Amino acid sequence: MAAPLLEVQGVIKRFGGFTALNRVSLHVNPGERFGLIGPNGSGKTTLINCISGALAADGGRILFEGADLAALPPHRRTRLGIVRSFQIPKPFTSMTVLENLHIPLEYAAHERAQAADTDAMEILRAIGLEAKAHQRPAGLTQIEMRKLELARALAARPKLLISDEAMAGLSSAEVDDILAILFRLSEQGITIVMIEHIMRAVMRFSERIVVLDAGERIAEGTPEEIVRNPAVEKAYLGE
Amino acid sequence: MQGTGRTFLIGLGVVLAGVLLASLRVNPYLYFAGYVILQYIVIATAWNILGGYAGYVNFGTPAFFALGAYTAVYLIQSMRAPLPVLILAGGLVSALLGLGIGYLTLRLRGVFFSIATLALSIVLQTMIINWEYVGGSRGISVIRPSSPPFGNYVTFLFTVMVLLAVIAVTAARFIERSWVGRGLAALRDNEEAAECMGVPTLRLKLFATTVSGFLLGVAGAPFPYYVTFVEPNSAFNLDYAVNALAMPMIGGTTSWIGPVIGAVLLGSAQQLATVTISSEMNLFIVGIVLVAFVVLAPEGILGLVRRLRSR
Amino acid sequence: MFAWDLLANAVVAGLLLGGVYAAVSLGVSVIFGLLDIANIAQPAFLILGAYAAYVMYNAFGLDPILSGLLFTPVFYLVGAAVYRVYYGSFERRGEESLRGLVFFFGILFIIEVSLSLKFGVDYRLVQSGYVGKSIEVGGIGIAYRLLVPCLVGLAMTLALHLFLARTFYGRAIMAVSQDRLALRLMGANPVKIKTVAFGIGIAAASLAGALLITITPVIPSTDRDYIGRMFAITVLGGMGSIGGTLVAAIILGIAESLMSTFFGPSWAQAVSFGVLLAALAVRPAGLFGR
Repeated sequence: MAAPLLEVQGVIKRFGGFTALNRVSLHVNPGERFGLIGPNGSGKTTLINCISGALAADGGRILFEGADLAALPPHRRTRLGIVRSFQIPKPFTSMTVLENLHIPLEYAAHERAQAADTDAMEILRAIGLEAKAHQRPAGLTQIEMRKLELARALAARPKLLISDEAMAGLSSAEVDDILAILFRLSEQGITIVMIEHIMRAVMRFSERIVVLDAGERIAEGTPEEIVRNPAVEKAYLGE
Repeated sequence: MQGTGRTFLIGLGVVLAGVLLASLRVNPYLYFAGYVILQYIVIATAWNILGGYAGYVNFGTPAFFALGAYTAVYLIQSMRAPLPVLILAGGLVSALLGLGIGYLTLRLRGVFFSIATLALSIVLQTMIINWEYVGGSRGISVIRPSSPPFGNYVTFLFTVMVLLAVIAVTAARFIERSWVGRGLAALRDNEEAAECMGVPTLRLKLFATTVSGFLLGVAGAPFPYYVTFVEPNSAFNLDYAVNALAMPMIGGTTSWIGPVIGAVLLGSAQQLATVTISSEMNLFIVGIVLVAFVVLAPEGILGLVRRLRSR
Repeated sequence: MFAWDLLANAVVAGLLLGGVYAAVSLGVSVIFGLLDIANIAQPAFLILGAYAAYVMYNAFGLDPILSGLLFTPVFYLVGAAVYRVYYGSFERRGEESLRGLVFFFGILFIIEVSLSLKFGVDYRLVQSGYVGKSIEVGGIGIAYRLLVPCLVGLAMTLALHLFLARTFYGRAIMAVSQDRLALRLMGANPVKIKTVAFGIGIAAASLAGALLITITPVIPSTDRDYIGRMFAITVLGGMGSIGGTLVAAIILGIAESLMSTFFGPSWAQAVSFGVLLAALAVRPAGLFGR
């Protein structure tokens, strides 16, 4: 049994008087397909922000490959291999799609400009965006923006990829498109944490799921176990 | 490497053209006006490295410029230091100021950096006014060195400024095209995303403020010899604050060419205007033009040209 | 012998100054603290209000506080108009940061230079009707000339606090500052509410300007002296808390007064700048948190 890739130990996060995360603990194993679900406001994005370093936790520890991330700034965590995509895509608007990928390739993966060019095209081809390589993000459709988010995250050569609601607002076929990409990435050995509201995607994709509600972990298990869990049903549907 | 070689040759060519122009000893007014325009090329380029490339607006250009000038005054008074030393020292001191302000405010939102720079000029001016050694509020006379090249010190300063302008523009172009420039563009477009994509945003921002400060100080260092009488009101003149903004915004902030275009156009217009209208009226018009561009043509002349071309 | 009476006088003067500084900063508290719009042109409206009071006093002998109140609706409309331009050009397109700042700087600049063109660079002061009178409190003389503007400033602060806490628009403004989406779902239009707030902010600045010109001489470039003060007070006071603004204003007033008394008046600027930097350093929120 290999050591966990990511360990979240008793993380606490408060905003003024409001406790967003109350001693949340979980772990993600290397190569795992991990799902993180919960109703709106349960603290999923806050947890991701703590893991990525955008927010500093008020208590608890986060370990990656056994080492405490402590006060490491986000860009260092990215270089260690923790990469997240954003719920609302945040492309670099003044650059082309290709140039968008240059940034993580050059800064997170430390490639030189020439190598970055070829690798960026390769990633775009794998994702299905190579036709838009020289376009600016402003002209992309919804799903293309989501793919750009994923492509950019990929370009950072992640060990752990956190996909934050990459499928929100997409059509059924588009959801399958993204899901296929994520499955392929998992086969390549990347550990993937999927945060989603689209249940069929999470259930199909995840090997193991943790459920958050109001800042606390209320359930953990395989998709089948989660579906049958009464606490989960209560959290989503109310009493 | 081929591109670098060509850039070097072009830069050298410009400097030689400047020297040639100086040796022709044409109408002295040309060198006076030319100096000012070249100075603004340096200032606008310096501002744009932080404002256009990184997206952080510096309203305190007079502080950095004047600090360069007063560092020079101090060194002239204390040890008659030669011009290259003045320029280097002026640049370094202003670079430190940039680093200091950056370190104090760049961890916060960009707005706070801008607000701090806005207040900076007043504070620095107050401190200089209280410093008798460099003239305080009354000002100080500075004697130019004797027997300058080209026979006239202003003509000599003109060529110096040509060199400084070439250096500034070359530096900006180099930064813009390098991975540093790409990182700055990323943090300008979306700082949070850039940080999460591995860009060390704080370090890059500090780099930009330091380089920008350095070039502004360099632009200010020859000022005492140019005007021969240095007093706080002229060194900290509001002109520098608004022009440093207006020139890149009018020319276009995303590329090194923009500040050059803005400086040449606006600088020349102002030189021509000083003979016809009052300096306040001049500033008033610059203010109107600035607001007009920000509202109607935010990408400046470069942006307009780009849009016309893609039609 | 320590100069206790000098100290006491300085503290009292600082308190009185603090009341006026509170009035001066109310606008920034609302516009920057609550609406999160970095309106750096605010000091220019302060000075514009001062000159408006000056003109009315010269032309009609009108008491500056009266003319300040008279001009409040005018400045409210000006503020509303400025916000609409800002919103249409920048906020709606999501490009607030760089261009919005430059826009406001342009406005600041245009106002300052226009005043220079119209009024020149002579210092202007308005002698309010109660000049020369004073009252004695515990051995310290308090001039009416300083007391009345301070009291008006305190009244303005109280009025704004009540407005934000008790009226519909006031509470809507507080809501906008916290959650724009919730507001839209409730049926109120955030743009309309922000327009109201911006207008109030500008009107407050102009009224404060009318107060200012009775206690200190003013020239067009005086606006630059107040940039540091306004933002230092707003940041120190907690960005949008009216009560905090008052406390911070008094602290700054006393600090400046002490500095001025014991080290000379030219260091007053350094005080507000120092307070600004210190307040920014102590802010717990980093880049991503707010």
